[in-house]
Amino acid sequence: MGARHEIRFLLNGTPVALSDVRPDETLLDYLRLRQRLTGTKEGCAEGDCGACTVLVGRLRHGDLAYESVNACIRFLGSLDGCHVVTVEHLRRADGTLHPVQQAMVDHHGSQCGFCTPGFVMSLYALWMREPQLSERAIEKALQGNLCRCTGYEPIVRAAQAVSDYGDVASDPLATERAAVIAALEAMKDGVRVEIGSGRERLLIPADVDDFAAILEAEPKATIVAGATDVGLWVTKFMREISPVVFIGGLDGLHGIDEQDGIITIGAGVSYTGAFALLEKRIPALGALIDRIGGEQVRNMGTIGGNIANGSPIGDTPPPLIALGATLTLRRGKARRTIPLEDFFIDYGKQDRVPGEFVEAVHVPVPDASSRFAVWKLSKRRDEDITAVLGAFDLRIADGRVEAARIAYGGMAATPKRAKSVEKALVGKPWTEKTVEAALSAYEGDFQPISDMRASADYRMMAAKNLLRRFYVESTGSLANLSRYEAA
Amino acid sequence: MSRHETLDPDQAKIAGGVASDQKHDSAHKHVSGDAVYIDDMPEPAGTLHACLGLSEVAHGTIKGMDLSKVRAAPGVVAVLTADDIPGENDISPTGLHDEPILTDDLVQFFGQPVFAVIAETRDAARRACRLVKIDYAEEPALIDIADAGADARLVTAPLKLERGDSAAAIAAAPHSIKGQMRVGGQDHFYLEGQIAFAMPGEDGDVTVFSSTQHPSEVQHMVAHALGVSSHAVTIEVRRMGGGFGGKETQANLFAVISAIAAKKLNRPVKLRPDRDDDMTATGKRHDFLIDYEVGFDDDGGILGVDFTYAARCGYAADLSGPVTDRALFHCDNAYFYPAARAVSRPLYTNTVSNTAFRGFGGPQGMVGAERIIDEVAFALGKDPLEIRKKNLYGTDDRNVTPYHQTVEDNVAERIIAELEASSGYAARRREIAAFNAKSPVIKRGLALTPVKFGISFTATHFNQAGALVHVYTDGSVHLNHGGTEMGQGLYTKVAQVVAEEFQIDIDQVKITATTTGKVPNTSATAASSGSDLNGMAAQDAARQIKTRLIDFVSEAHDVPKDQVVFLPGRVRIGNREIPFAELIREAYMARVQLSAAGFYKTPKIHWDRDKGEGRPFYYFAYGAACAEVSVDTLTGEYMVERVDILHETGRSLNRAIDIGQIEGGFIQGMGWLTTEELIWDGKGRLRTHAPSTYKIPLASDRPKVFNVALADWAENAEPTVHRSKAVGEPPFMLAMCVLHALSDAVASVADHRVCPRLDAPATPERVLMAVERLRAVGAR
Repeated sequence: MGARHEIRFLLNGTPVALSDVRPDETLLDYLRLRQRLTGTKEGCAEGDCGACTVLVGRLRHGDLAYESVNACIRFLGSLDGCHVVTVEHLRRADGTLHPVQQAMVDHHGSQCGFCTPGFVMSLYALWMREPQLSERAIEKALQGNLCRCTGYEPIVRAAQAVSDYGDVASDPLATERAAVIAALEAMKDGVRVEIGSGRERLLIPADVDDFAAILEAEPKATIVAGATDVGLWVTKFMREISPVVFIGGLDGLHGIDEQDGIITIGAGVSYTGAFALLEKRIPALGALIDRIGGEQVRNMGTIGGNIANGSPIGDTPPPLIALGATLTLRRGKARRTIPLEDFFIDYGKQDRVPGEFVEAVHVPVPDASSRFAVWKLSKRRDEDITAVLGAFDLRIADGRVEAARIAYGGMAATPKRAKSVEKALVGKPWTEKTVEAALSAYEGDFQPISDMRASADYRMMAAKNLLRRFYVESTGSLANLSRYEAA
Repeated sequence: MSRHETLDPDQAKIAGGVASDQKHDSAHKHVSGDAVYIDDMPEPAGTLHACLGLSEVAHGTIKGMDLSKVRAAPGVVAVLTADDIPGENDISPTGLHDEPILTDDLVQFFGQPVFAVIAETRDAARRACRLVKIDYAEEPALIDIADAGADARLVTAPLKLERGDSAAAIAAAPHSIKGQMRVGGQDHFYLEGQIAFAMPGEDGDVTVFSSTQHPSEVQHMVAHALGVSSHAVTIEVRRMGGGFGGKETQANLFAVISAIAAKKLNRPVKLRPDRDDDMTATGKRHDFLIDYEVGFDDDGGILGVDFTYAARCGYAADLSGPVTDRALFHCDNAYFYPAARAVSRPLYTNTVSNTAFRGFGGPQGMVGAERIIDEVAFALGKDPLEIRKKNLYGTDDRNVTPYHQTVEDNVAERIIAELEASSGYAARRREIAAFNAKSPVIKRGLALTPVKFGISFTATHFNQAGALVHVYTDGSVHLNHGGTEMGQGLYTKVAQVVAEEFQIDIDQVKITATTTGKVPNTSATAASSGSDLNGMAAQDAARQIKTRLIDFVSEAHDVPKDQVVFLPGRVRIGNREIPFAELIREAYMARVQLSAAGFYKTPKIHWDRDKGEGRPFYYFAYGAACAEVSVDTLTGEYMVERVDILHETGRSLNRAIDIGQIEGGFIQGMGWLTTEELIWDGKGRLRTHAPSTYKIPLASDRPKVFNVALADWAENAEPTVHRSKAVGEPPFMLAMCVLHALSDAVASVADHRVCPRLDAPATPERVLMAVERLRAVGAR
């Protein structure tokens, strides 16, 4: 079968086929400049403020789910086979506002109004998923939406009242669901998409094997999964990224399952998708997902991307390293599996050869003899980038530390294990004295830097104190703040 | 029946009059995406886009600039430098000529605009900008005010306030304490960034759609830069996506560049900087170093204070003079100082020129006052609230400020007493002590702080406003005034005032975009003055028309004037009633003028800056807030558990809007004092220039319990519009209670005997460092 040279998607109620798509064209620019759909706003162009929030529905294994995403860093080319829903789609033809919209009006949820369409879309996505909204769910769904005027109070009140204004079952996205699924199914032809040439070239592989083949042939191609990082290369640094390979639609990278106590997560699984299972099986991870990005970023960003980009402040590598995760890399048909910690060689340098890509990560579920915890510290509690992140997996038996895997983010040029600290603990009685003695080993493992997120002194002090916290909590005392009562 | 209602209860009320909870006039357009911001306007054919080229050193001279690659880049139509400015290369709002539009050769901060690229698309302009090669001769830069020497350069004249002999009072006091406090700046983070869109007209004319709080100033700046008269320039703004002071003077640059380019190329030109450039190249709230000394007696009564407020002003004055003045005006907050001395140091630094931001120096002034309270309380081992109450202004005596204005409307004591009771302060104080005794890691803290904020522009001449009201022959009304809408609900409130005057439903009043072509010579919508000034001006216009209507009806129907009464939707003339629209038709046929320009100027105020004496404020706004926090003493992380607020807005014009201002102002103030941290590196480059690195509060940072109440007994002692009070800025400072609750929690690790001296913003890092410091002192 030959390649297709256009992308196809649904925009609100209209099918669109486009052959003139630049690889770095954002959905936001397409909506505002080409479609003149100006309800979706640009606030920051880096996926942090949520003024550009739209919904994207995609068929995954035959099911259609809508997720809130940031249009500012979402590439148009990644929308092949998707349903894009913007704020303009919500009001009915007779002018009646959508329940989310009317609730916002009646509760004085807008002041300057610029962030408002984004809030409406985030709440819409949440309401479709959970019509009876808890305050916790609302706050979590709004972590990626900034409002500078209202202080959020009236927005949360509005959110709690949405179901007084209408029910989800009669919402257009529910009533038109079958038709949308049929339309999206009809767009699937199982062929590779290739558009443009030279410095304006994009590819969408037909499947994972096709992706492997493309990358082997073009090892310098930019791989775009969730675009939460590459998006900024374009909007902020205006880097050339052609040729681009969009892999967000590949079902073959979207598997997540557990076998023999090991959870395998496909590289294309989003934070939202991965943590749905991870926090069930490893409850201590539940506290982390709430603090990674905003909802839109969690919907877009992938575990594979978080690992592959090699950032020293990625949030998932330290806990995965502490858990002893391994990584499968693939080049063409060849695969190899390595300990995750070995993937990170140095700042900006990973164990990935040209043409190779991260295919999956395998996470052992800790057994009952382990005590596992992970904590992120940042200037703002939610939707902030890590200052220090510590993950601990200790096996303590008969009051003694039998094994310890401790890893940190934000403390070195890569996510890194605290091997000196581990050594200072293993074999010792699990006591405050042992913990205090182990603290002096930190300087052997880490020489953190000062930057706009934290000073070196704070990083070191807080990193040590996380071990203290781990100890205090193991004794049953309260040593951590939680916004919500334990469920 | 609420006491706000003044109408005969038998009569149906109009929809949307004063004291109704009228919704924001654009709410239905905000939620649907229909509200048009400047970037949403259709672009006429031929529209071009500009991008600013910014300097990459903090201080130095430009030895050479190679723009050849920029000019040759795809889509580039023109490049502007200082040489291309037809008129004056200056946008200093105070006439000091210290703020070039595009710098010539002297670079004074990292991010200073040097040139502008005009291209067919915004993307092309942005990409071309990066191709410049500039050769700088770098010079030493002063970035941080802590590095400023005693003889450091000031950007504008300092102010001194003095009442009594504070040095003698402190020397004679039984106790005295000296200290220093650092309080950070703040980026406005308006969600809609700066933007201007200029349309060239005939002759020298140009119209600029500018996201500005101050259209008249933009008009003057554009006129000066183009070298044309003000009458050639029209500025229009329907709404801003947030302002907060950040578009009082900072919109000038963008409007001027777009106008110069539009006139030069005779094509429409839009300038919308990327968020990073916006945050790098526009001014922010001033950060301050506050040196203080306080003398006090054994009971915690303050006897004398001495303050020096040093501010990072940046490379130019902008509004730093009035900002630092207002800091001094609020060095007392709600407290009486028997003897006081306060001086400002508006310091020149090689950073962006700082500017207005909600509170305008007042918040920084007040945190100095509250630090002094903490010092006294911890020194004496007393609850800070006891010290606060002890030192409040009196009503009949102890009521003169450091600037010699007598406080005539003091309600701070009543507000604090009511809030102390409603928040359960005393019982919670005991509960928290018990909790802390049992909890080694998590510590709780509690604080109740008052706010007294002076209302009026301290530059007396700004306290004036105009409005334009037309009544059309169908009885519908067109309303225009000099105030701008940035989300605060000003347009709605003023429309309520006009609807109330005519007794017509608010949907009969058309709210229209602010434009210099309809109401001239306006002041900035700033200093919380919007509804006080424009509401009165619009009321004046409506009353002029009403007076003409009454005169006409009285004569035409031969009834005494006092028997012409405007009732909801109709007018009673003697013993018959006619619909409002019918009256208007009759009046038109009789050739009555149905349009009026209204005007208002604030009475009573005067200020002699050289003497440091006068009545700069027409009245004061009051409030108080109580916060409870939890602090993790291992990491410095914290959570705001509960906040109770009691605030007064006089007889509120719109309680829903006022409560929105209080909630929003509080959270914004909380951000300033907690997570919003501006960091410049050693090169003078702002490292926190986007929401990824600059952290404003989220929904999940709200207090877990948030009780906000208006003092329903309040009424303005002065005859303001319907006896309401300004509400824009005062609630911002209610957030001081969060800083002090954190301080209280930190203090618990040393048994409340050591003042934590917690600086702002109290990031988790600062909180942890304060905990460590106190633990070290406590261990000694």
